Amino acid sequence: MSDFFTVSVLVATLASGIRLATPFLLSALGETIGQRAGVLNLGVEGVMLIGAYAAYITALRTGSVVAGVLAAMGAGALMGIVYAFITVVMHATQGISGIGIFLFGLGFTDLLFRHQVGTPVPIDGLRGLDMGGLSDLPVVGELFFQHSVLTYVAFALVPVVWFAMNRTTFGLNVRAVGETPEAADTLGVRVNVVRTQAIIIGNVMAGLAGGTLALDVGIFQQNLTSGQGFIAVALVYFGAWRSSGVMAGALLFGVVSSTVLQLKTLGIIVGANSTIAAMAPAILTIVVLVLVSRRIGAPSALTVPFERDN
Amino acid sequence: MLEMVGITKRFPGVIANEDVDLTVLPGQVHTLLGENGAGKSTLVKILYGLYRQDEGEVKINGEPVEIASPAAAITHGIGMIHQHFMLVPTLTVAENVALGLHSRRGLADMGPVRKRLMEVSDRHGLAIDPDAYIWQLAVGERQRAEILKALYREAQLLVLDEPTAVLTPPEVEDLFATLRSLTNEGRGLIFISHKLTEVMDISDQITVLRDGRVVGRTTPSETSREGLASMMVGREVRLGRDVPDQDTGDDRLAVDALRVRGDRGNLALEDFSVQVAAGEIVGIAGVSGNGQRELAEAIFGLRPIEGGRVEVAGRPIATPTPKSVRRRGVAFVPEERMRHGAVGELNVSENLMLVEYEHRPYVRAGLLQFGAIAERCKDLVRRFTVKTPSITTQTSHLSGGNIQKVVIAREFSSDAEVLIVAQPTRGIDIGAAEYVHERLLSKRAAGAAILLITEDLDEALQLSDRVVVLYEGRAMCDLPRAEATTDRVGLLMTGVSEDATASA
Repeated sequence: MSDFFTVSVLVATLASGIRLATPFLLSALGETIGQRAGVLNLGVEGVMLIGAYAAYITALRTGSVVAGVLAAMGAGALMGIVYAFITVVMHATQGISGIGIFLFGLGFTDLLFRHQVGTPVPIDGLRGLDMGGLSDLPVVGELFFQHSVLTYVAFALVPVVWFAMNRTTFGLNVRAVGETPEAADTLGVRVNVVRTQAIIIGNVMAGLAGGTLALDVGIFQQNLTSGQGFIAVALVYFGAWRSSGVMAGALLFGVVSSTVLQLKTLGIIVGANSTIAAMAPAILTIVVLVLVSRRIGAPSALTVPFERDN
Repeated sequence: MLEMVGITKRFPGVIANEDVDLTVLPGQVHTLLGENGAGKSTLVKILYGLYRQDEGEVKINGEPVEIASPAAAITHGIGMIHQHFMLVPTLTVAENVALGLHSRRGLADMGPVRKRLMEVSDRHGLAIDPDAYIWQLAVGERQRAEILKALYREAQLLVLDEPTAVLTPPEVEDLFATLRSLTNEGRGLIFISHKLTEVMDISDQITVLRDGRVVGRTTPSETSREGLASMMVGREVRLGRDVPDQDTGDDRLAVDALRVRGDRGNLALEDFSVQVAAGEIVGIAGVSGNGQRELAEAIFGLRPIEGGRVEVAGRPIATPTPKSVRRRGVAFVPEERMRHGAVGELNVSENLMLVEYEHRPYVRAGLLQFGAIAERCKDLVRRFTVKTPSITTQTSHLSGGNIQKVVIAREFSSDAEVLIVAQPTRGIDIGAAEYVHERLLSKRAAGAAILLITEDLDEALQLSDRVVVLYEGRAMCDLPRAEATTDRVGLLMTGVSEDATASA
């Protein structure tokens, strides 16, 4: 165990925790926007898988990471349109529809992967930025200045989402339709349009989160996300529908994941123990959800479809 | 300024409005009067673009207009004060006002909104804190926010759907002063109410609706409260009720220093005591949300009691549960009849039997005895004049008044000596309300101890032998009937205690 508590290992663990937090953060921020508008999307996991595959296959074929990122976001937008149609237009029950999206994403990406790729081919993925002197700083450099550009984008989105929610008319509309859609409607706010926009934005971010994951590891495989999308949904509750809270949760899960990995790599936990340790994020999710079960700050109209009753 | 001509609106199976004409002149308060379901709300929802009429025409200042959405109504200068306020509780007053307004570059800049909001609020004497969150505001302030929202959009025609339902008498006076100043500026007002005294007080014109049609047009100088009530109901109505004096017996229900928490962990009742004797009705008056619901639930074992105790017939109930409380001879008519009073999906006889079904002769060896049940239910339906096609009709298909009669039949037919009755006539028609009042008085004559929890001040004053005013979880007074005047009780409902009035 003493191997773990050395400066270099701790710094490496924390740094990789920040890196692993990126997909959590992107997808959970996106889900926050959707939920603030009153739409629960349990299908984040499926959208992430589709985004991951889109990024992988595009990067594989074109050799361009940028193209991969755009493909992931485009795939997310497409899934957003589908989900908005299902829930906003057709008024389907959101919980069940989200599970459907997840199952679709899981099966569809696996099918495409076998059909189009077959045996895994690694791609040239994301690389950490080299910020010259900053990146070379001891400790601080490794912690903060060697990440990939998407990690910085994700963390930069935290204040951006806050600003959008609290300082723009779009955010005002989103908060209103998630809380009291009837009131927004009587003031001429087009409730279902606002919800559709929020869903699409949320799904673009989920797609990007998946893309980040695939480009980070440089590979695609069945169920690549392994539950991260579900954890992202839990993080929204954990963060009490606030971007700063969501960021704290994403960091927590990132660091827990990196710690488990690090302990395995160092051989501190082996065999059956390592399998148990791998469950840490799942157990943590359950603990977190129990602790925040009172839903303080939850939008009142979450999961309630809106329709004028004539 | 507004003409609605020949408006007809059909819903599946119901005609909500049939050939309704309505004309509103600038500077006038035009009242729409009618019972629940008479079609008042439907008519104004058509005007505000929430419903689409099947036939008929809406003209504003002589021009025919299509109002397809609330946004269109707003551009035509129509503002609506909804009965259930259309405010987002988690936003501030200014944000609620700004909602739906266009802004430059999509930024929600509250500065100019607040400035203009304050101007509008000063001009009309509607004081408000623009930065307060709606959830922090009292009901009267929320209504002000709602009115300001419409005035901010320069509404010339204001529709007020039952605006006084949630207000205390002094707040109603303030509201009426505001309405007068709005008509003096030349605005037209549509006022919806079923409270006859207020209608006589504020209206210039009155249109009475019944079953979706206009059944009368009048003005206050041409009619009386009785006249209006008769038009609404379609037959002679005698308002007011004589309650004969009668001697009371021993205390049947005693609530002692009760302390109960509300849903949010707040103290809903603090040090609250009340006694109800046999043959007595004690009215709990007060504005909604001052602990009434928690009081009923605590007595009936639906809410944990933190301090104090409840005694029935002189013996305390150690750990009240609905079952143990009922076993001690307490019956309960809850305020939300469709949530706690009756199960909509069950049929009439099943609802009537919800309390008794476990007892002989309605069950034998665990099997329901449908013969005995049908006999009893038919008897109850007849005795309590429930209008239902059969006893196996699904309860949710009945009207509100008839569902309430089902609940009352079930609760009043037992030999319970204590009745907890909450909001027994809320949302039901005058005929059914009269009936409920009769039943309450006959239970009183039979020696039951009745705790009547009601937000309807007239009802409380009319029926109660004593009136207790509940304000923020505390009893403001315990007045015998002779001393409980509208003015006195109305003031106590706002939280102004008698001591304060005396010393002032």
